[in-house]
Amino acid sequence: MILASLAPLQYAIFLLVAVAATTVVLTRDVQRQIVVNGFYGILLVILLVVLAAPDVALSMLAVSTVGYPLVVLIAIAKSRDR
Amino acid sequence: MTRSVRIGILVPALGLFGFLLAWALVGIPSFGNYRGSYGYILNRVVTPERHMTNVVTGVVFDYRGFDTMGEEFILFAAVVGVVLLLRQGGREEPGDLKDSVGSDGVRLGGTLAVGVCVLVSLWLVAYGFVTPGGGFQGGAALASSVLLVFLVASHKAWSGVASNRVLDPFEGVGAGGYVVIGLGALIGGLPFLTNVLGPGTAGTLWSGGSAAFVNWSAGMEVAAANLILFTEFIDEYVVPLAAEK
Repeated sequence: MILASLAPLQYAIFLLVAVAATTVVLTRDVQRQIVVNGFYGILLVILLVVLAAPDVALSMLAVSTVGYPLVVLIAIAKSRDR
Repeated sequence: MTRSVRIGILVPALGLFGFLLAWALVGIPSFGNYRGSYGYILNRVVTPERHMTNVVTGVVFDYRGFDTMGEEFILFAAVVGVVLLLRQGGREEPGDLKDSVGSDGVRLGGTLAVGVCVLVSLWLVAYGFVTPGGGFQGGAALASSVLLVFLVASHKAWSGVASNRVLDPFEGVGAGGYVVIGLGALIGGLPFLTNVLGPGTAGTLWSGGSAAFVNWSAGMEVAAANLILFTEFIDEYVVPLAAEK
């Protein structure tokens, strides 16, 4: 079974990722959701570092903190406009 | 469709997918026990054969360089698509938007951060063969650091840095350079994208051979592609909104 073979640190980060993901879904205000999603993205970055994939973590850092919020913010601005 | 019908469809569907997910999770190998042989082989051969200490970049730009070229052109095509859709002739000139940042601290700290972030990004690209990083990661980081100019200064400062005149050549040279380096090997009678210059000295900037140039062209392409996307989105959506206020 996969969960039994995890180190405590990996366990903790996986748990935090699950909590953060749920928080993103439960946040109803979209602008706040982007900020919460940023924290979730940082946790994913930490998870990737803990799982010894620093290359992927670097890409995730740029995507989750800049690319994704930018596109979503612009989409929100545009839909409010209408 | 009433609420009870929707729930009647949702519950069996959730049950089915939940069961499939649990079934799949039970069957996967325990954590860290990778069963394929490709990863183990590469871990052993990349550093002796190619003198690169970052195996991931060695795979991306040397062993699987041809696949990466396809990936790069996916990004290129996506950016061309966005530009075709958004870059219209009739767009209003932004003129003097009053969007400069009020706080001196944000301006000062932000401007310093731009320089630091750009340096780190270039380092990520340059040392991609030695430490974690490479053209794709460094390129994305570079585009993000330049976007900081828009956040901490003004649209005017941003449009000076990220104009089409600056970005389009980088985008083209980055995508085309990859192919040209590959064709260079063909002229020498070797297969496409053969690492003709390598391997160099392990642990130094010169450890990638010709893959290092492929890496730089990918970094250039990724940075320019992201910045073109940012400019198009900002000019299309943010500028008209700011002008209304």
